[in-house]
Amino acid sequence: MSEHEYVPNSKAGKWFNDRLPLLSLGAHLSDYPTPKNLNYWWTFGGILTFCLITQIVTGIVLAMHYVAHADLAFESVEKIMRDVNYGWLIRYIHSNGASMFFLAVYIHIFRSLFFGSFKSPRELIWIIGMLIYILMMAAAFMGYVLPWGQMSFWGATVITNLFSAIPFVGESVVTWLWGGYSVDNPTLTRFFSLHYLIPFLILGLVVLHIWALHIPGNNNPIGIDIKKPSKDTVPFHPYITVKDIFALLMFMIIFAGFVFFSPNVLGHADNYIPANPLVTPAHIVPEWYLLPFYAILRSVPDKLGGVVLMFGALFVLIILPWLDTSKVRSAVFRPVYRHFFWIFVVDVLALGYLGAMPAEGVYLFLARITTTYYFLHFIVVLPFLSYFEKTDPLPVSISEPVLTGGFSAVPARTDRVTNEKI
Amino acid sequence: MKKYNLIKLLVTVFVLTFFYGKAYPANKELLKIDWSFAGITGKFERDSLQRGYQVYNEVCASCHSMQYLSYRNLSQKGGPEFTIEEVKAIAASFEVEDGPNSDGDMFTRPARPSDHFINPYTNVNAAIASNGGAYPPDMSVLVKARPGGANYIYSVLMGYEDKPADFDLDVGVYYNKYMDGKKIKMPSPLSDDLIEYTDGTKATQAQMAKDVTAFLTWAAEPHLEARHRTGTKVIIYLIILATLVYFSMKKIWSRVDAEK
Repeated sequence: MSEHEYVPNSKAGKWFNDRLPLLSLGAHLSDYPTPKNLNYWWTFGGILTFCLITQIVTGIVLAMHYVAHADLAFESVEKIMRDVNYGWLIRYIHSNGASMFFLAVYIHIFRSLFFGSFKSPRELIWIIGMLIYILMMAAAFMGYVLPWGQMSFWGATVITNLFSAIPFVGESVVTWLWGGYSVDNPTLTRFFSLHYLIPFLILGLVVLHIWALHIPGNNNPIGIDIKKPSKDTVPFHPYITVKDIFALLMFMIIFAGFVFFSPNVLGHADNYIPANPLVTPAHIVPEWYLLPFYAILRSVPDKLGGVVLMFGALFVLIILPWLDTSKVRSAVFRPVYRHFFWIFVVDVLALGYLGAMPAEGVYLFLARITTTYYFLHFIVVLPFLSYFEKTDPLPVSISEPVLTGGFSAVPARTDRVTNEKI
Repeated sequence: MKKYNLIKLLVTVFVLTFFYGKAYPANKELLKIDWSFAGITGKFERDSLQRGYQVYNEVCASCHSMQYLSYRNLSQKGGPEFTIEEVKAIAASFEVEDGPNSDGDMFTRPARPSDHFINPYTNVNAAIASNGGAYPPDMSVLVKARPGGANYIYSVLMGYEDKPADFDLDVGVYYNKYMDGKKIKMPSPLSDDLIEYTDGTKATQAQMAKDVTAFLTWAAEPHLEARHRTGTKVIIYLIILATLVYFSMKKIWSRVDAEK
């Protein structure tokens, strides 16, 4: 992995390392040459690891007290909130932790979109990341069902019903998912089981995600290939660790703000009403982080069409490395893409907003426009933009442009560095 | 370039906040009280919670259960903080069914502090049947189960009015301007001097509504005070730690920055 083989100092260390090179791995992680110009958008990988570990640890403790039974789940959650020592804290960290996890993952994804981190040679990192994202949504959805409140029950009903749109076998698939003819106790127990399983699948994928990252190394804000190790890199420890920790602490302050001072603001009041199959809530709304997909789903009048489009929205993300045809990674040097990027950000935010609104009138109309644009961005803008866009000249190294005074003042050296060469 | 990104980031955050506010609108028409428990250092007022329990016990409890609360909670720190003796006396004033005893019979006994609040009805159907088809919701987490929270509960309690002349109401349905559709099946539960406060406070409708809402807020969030206290400490700790890490970071990175 690393450039030069690591040899432990102690005899015992050497004995161990010859048989299982964990110490070499540690040395590799510590020395790992990292571009020195990484900005704070690059700290969210570490923050996400923190989020995952937090969810797993708090989740394991909650599972010790939670009872996965339709008649007892709501009450057991109240017991956790009232009688378990610091149960309120553990549960609020876990429930708000889901939101913070998604906040961080969205920033992480949009960072990749802006700086072109998903492009060759990092396609697999991106695809593994997308699988993690999809598993996160599955875990979050099932976790939201567990308290067995009104939104839990009706959210589960709406989402599982989507599978009934599958031609011919849809109804059977839904019955199979439910373990019966409606969302009931068997649904709850299997969701609990899967909710406990998925985080460990995510953990495994995170290992692959980082492993795949350590082959080409990090992308960086100017998106050029760099020599490693070189003047352009710093060892991961202490440079990146200290910066990641500082960013993590900032993130934790916001996290703590939610947990301690408005722990229910990101949830829905209806979920403090015990599940009642006979009473449908006025508006069934998923958690905020799923709203853009919910808006896409509802913007199609046909159920199957809506489901196809919703999964299509994830599919275009997965194949993104082959949709964006520009060889230049960073939007810093792509004057046109830069604008499309921000239009896309606004489009996704608008979809999120429309997903929370009733699917009627002007909301539905706008949801259709924004859904269409979502797909246009991937299927039309990204593949064809590179044929028209004149990208700015790229610097030869990270250290270089600093000498000439910042990224924006890099027109020099066009004799050597042209777009064709990259 | 950096400035450009920062401006866009700020715009994005602004747009996001705007969307969020629109997506989850607070009911602006609700009456707003300057609650003592609001804000990051908010605490409950003990005497208000104690009066609130009295209102619950003498008025609400005839229809509304609070099944997740036990009498012992009334002496818990951060709550109404009745003394242990008072709680024992309160509990003993209720009868609960226990058993089976060694003969296999169920029996009734005075409640103990460890018992849950007694239910006014034996089951949900009995509650619905006795209330014209509307189930009086359990009040344990009611404040958290309604958008608007404490302000909403207070507003509903104060929101009874004579119906407008052109407004149709069935028998057993009442006009309340803060309810969805302005209809409610619960008759106005509070009126001036309905009860006599043991601490001598004048029992106006507004006073009772305020006290019982505070009590219900505590019932829904019994660890609110501990949460606020711990949160303040946690955030101060994080800020101090972040400051130290910031200067460590500056020092460590100065080696790299010097190379430029």
